[in-house]
Amino acid sequence: MTPPEESRGLVDLIAKRLRGRWSIMEVCGGQTHSIVKYGIDRMLPAGIELLHGPGCPVCVTPLATIDRAYAIAEKPGVIFCSFGDMLRVPGSRGTLLSLKARGCDVRLVYSPLDALKLAVGHPDRQVVFFAIGFETTAPANAMAVWMARRQRLSNFSLLVSQVLVPPMLPAILQSPGNRVQAFLGPGHVCMVMGTTEYEAVAMRCKVPIVITGFEPADLLAAILRAVTQLEEGCAVVENGYGRVVGPCGNPSGRALIAEVFERCDRPWRGLGVIPRSGLRLRAEYRDHDAERRFDVQTVERGEPPECISGLILRGLKKPVDCAAFGTTCRPESPLGATMVSVEGACAAYYAHGRHRENKAAV
Amino acid sequence: MGLAIPGKVVDVRRENDVLMGEVDFSGVSRRVCLDLVPEVALGEYVLVHVGFALARIDATDAARGFVVLEELRQLGELEVPCA
Repeated sequence: MTPPEESRGLVDLIAKRLRGRWSIMEVCGGQTHSIVKYGIDRMLPAGIELLHGPGCPVCVTPLATIDRAYAIAEKPGVIFCSFGDMLRVPGSRGTLLSLKARGCDVRLVYSPLDALKLAVGHPDRQVVFFAIGFETTAPANAMAVWMARRQRLSNFSLLVSQVLVPPMLPAILQSPGNRVQAFLGPGHVCMVMGTTEYEAVAMRCKVPIVITGFEPADLLAAILRAVTQLEEGCAVVENGYGRVVGPCGNPSGRALIAEVFERCDRPWRGLGVIPRSGLRLRAEYRDHDAERRFDVQTVERGEPPECISGLILRGLKKPVDCAAFGTTCRPESPLGATMVSVEGACAAYYAHGRHRENKAAV
Repeated sequence: MGLAIPGKVVDVRRENDVLMGEVDFSGVSRRVCLDLVPEVALGEYVLVHVGFALARIDATDAARGFVVLEELRQLGELEVPCA
């Protein structure tokens, strides 16, 4: 996509600037896919390692939340709606898709507004939407609840597992064994939220953050900026995606999120509970909270022991470090969420053939 | 599902006080909420995520971004049938 000469030019500039050895984490799963697809990690000089971050909403949704979704979806009279990938993530008792095969009404929707439409069309049924995601899905989920309240729809609720990027960055840096020295920030998240909160993280944690997109030239240009900061001992936020991201993000979207949601502590798969890293419905909207509407008890269970997705989500391991990768764990029979989601690091490595190289090297 | 997809606004209308419209993604059309980009005009390009336009972009960025998303196989949400 990016003309090869443009990429080569950027790689040359990075090589010229580089003195030390640096590890940079791309936060967004879409960026990970682009890096693996276009081989950006392999174009870079040996002194730079790219670590793949937890920016895959499906991957960081806790197992216990998936189990709660399962318990709600199997209740009689419920229409349970979700984005596609979430249906295929194994919970302790199976996937949501397996419930559908058993005759439960589990539906794949494009938008939370489609779930809302189902609630209007089925007044005798309870429609529940699985509201997962980062800041990019928050305005959509907020709008659905706002509209449901305005229309006095008593049969629409959200199972909320909404997480926020900026509080997660310090948690990554504080993980035992952390190697991350700079972040490539998630462009589409910043398109909604702006850059202000990242400035506080950069200053407090003394970490360079370069906000960027997912096209190869965007990523290489951001790596150049990050390397420059690391070499010069700077730690500031740079916006390398100004054509999409403004400093204040999308003001209407932010206002809507603030109207409907408030901050709360949230557990992340692989990372544990991160203070104030999630959103929950404000008191005025809590009638639309599925966890209040349906009394579901779930038992906390651990991850499958052979799955190292927790370490992968923290950037401590790569998919090729996992014995199960490409053998017992494959897209058609995934052990962990990082293999299920189109944004997961394991799925990216598999889709671009790196499991074959791994096996060839063993 | 974290990446927004660029498309062209081909219809703008108000539904129950909310700005809605139709967005064309290289031949696939979707009903999209335009309320968060209230200044948008017919024929402009927007970045859309789970049925919501979140930013306006220019036609060149839209075309290039769409091709990359296609190559990255990140257009799955457009395959979901409309409710």
